[in-house]
Amino acid sequence: MSVTDKIIEIIAEQAVLETSDVTKESTLEDLGIDSLGLVESIYAIEEEFDITVPFNANEPTNSDFDISSISKIIEVVERLLKEQAG
Amino acid sequence: MKRVVITGAGTINALGHSVADTMTALAEGRCGIGPLAFRDVERLSIQIGGQVRGFEAAGRYNRQQMSLYDRFTQFTLAAAAEAIAQSGITFSGELAAKSGVVLGTAGGGVSTWDDNYRSVYEDGKNRVHPFVVPKLMNNAAASHVSIEYNLKGPSFTVSTACASSNHAMAQAFQMVRTGMAPAMVTGGSESMLCFGGVKAWEGLRVMSKDACRPFSANRNGMVQGEGAGIFVFEEYEHARARGADILCEVAGCAMSSDATDIVMPSKNGAARAIAGALNDARLNPEDVGYINAHGTGTAANDKTECAAVADVFGPCADKLMISSTKSMHGHLIGGTGAVELLACIMALRDGVIAPTIGYEEADPECALDVVPNEARNAAVDVVLSNAFAFGGMNAVLALRKV
Repeated sequence: MSVTDKIIEIIAEQAVLETSDVTKESTLEDLGIDSLGLVESIYAIEEEFDITVPFNANEPTNSDFDISSISKIIEVVERLLKEQAG
Repeated sequence: MKRVVITGAGTINALGHSVADTMTALAEGRCGIGPLAFRDVERLSIQIGGQVRGFEAAGRYNRQQMSLYDRFTQFTLAAAAEAIAQSGITFSGELAAKSGVVLGTAGGGVSTWDDNYRSVYEDGKNRVHPFVVPKLMNNAAASHVSIEYNLKGPSFTVSTACASSNHAMAQAFQMVRTGMAPAMVTGGSESMLCFGGVKAWEGLRVMSKDACRPFSANRNGMVQGEGAGIFVFEEYEHARARGADILCEVAGCAMSSDATDIVMPSKNGAARAIAGALNDARLNPEDVGYINAHGTGTAANDKTECAAVADVFGPCADKLMISSTKSMHGHLIGGTGAVELLACIMALRDGVIAPTIGYEEADPECALDVVPNEARNAAVDVVLSNAFAFGGMNAVLALRKV
């Protein structure tokens, strides 16, 4: 399964939606994911890909982790996978 | 209804091992937060905290006591010794039979859990010390205070996360006020600064990696502390009759539940507790000179708390001072309200308002006088102490100069 599919699966599960209802253009807000859901999603991403995601819930827009859309999240995860490989 | 006064105070925390040292540090705006030192700290992404330093349990407590006293109990007993000595009260006869101890803690013996889980899971040991349970239980500290000082009345431990101490002190206040007990030992303690304790908090992603900057626009989270604050709450006439030095009066309290969210605070719940404390103490908003804020330094708490204060105080909100001393001693979780009560006593007794340090940038959502960075001299007659816990459980105390 690709990184994109995995992330969509994680987000869909958090939002209690079918994966077909989650698109790369979706925002977390569209999907009804609140700050707690976001923190859980990030945890699931870290566990799935064995990476550390720099995210502080106190400054969500200031973290080195763009969460403005699913495609942005995918971009960051792909970057972190490269940076943290090995 | 009886009047309730505080006749003794004791503490140990990152700012000092006594009330005098802590108040000096609070007045100087000194920061007790620094690099954490304990096993496996390098595996944490959060490596700062308000850790108690230079506290050697060995030597202070004997071998038998050490096998029974978790660090949170050690802190409690150290602070209780100071408070009870200052109060000059001796619990015997009828006084002992009716007086008790109500303390707050969120986690109890966290490092005892941590050490023993490590031993059985990581080290593969199959045997633990026989006193693990009585050492880690949440009421261990209260029990040891009762044993040490012959307190035979109502005693128990309250656990409401970050409001534990305030709930405990509110309960002790009610017991003395209603005549149930002539005096109560109360306050709280916490010692979560161990690998497992900090790791659990990391998960929430609300911790700061660099500093606790309450109300500052660039705040980025809370910083944990540890320690204890213990007080003697005593019926006013009882205290006067024995010529006790009265530190201040506990004038009222209120408790409320948000009944909304397990972690996100509610303005309404906080405002109801603040207004309730004023009402209980028969005070008006204009009477209050200072509020010791819950002020955790998280995005969510600080703006919600300021909005709640603005709601309750209306135009008077612009005249009062509100500071968060967590910027200096860190967030003592279940013990925090107890240590913060010292800032309230200092305001009433000495006319010194402890500052909010680390304040760098104004936040329009926290537009109150947060006493930034430097303590201020000001005569105040009434102060409040706020505590708003995870789980939406709030407790606010109102104190008055005597």
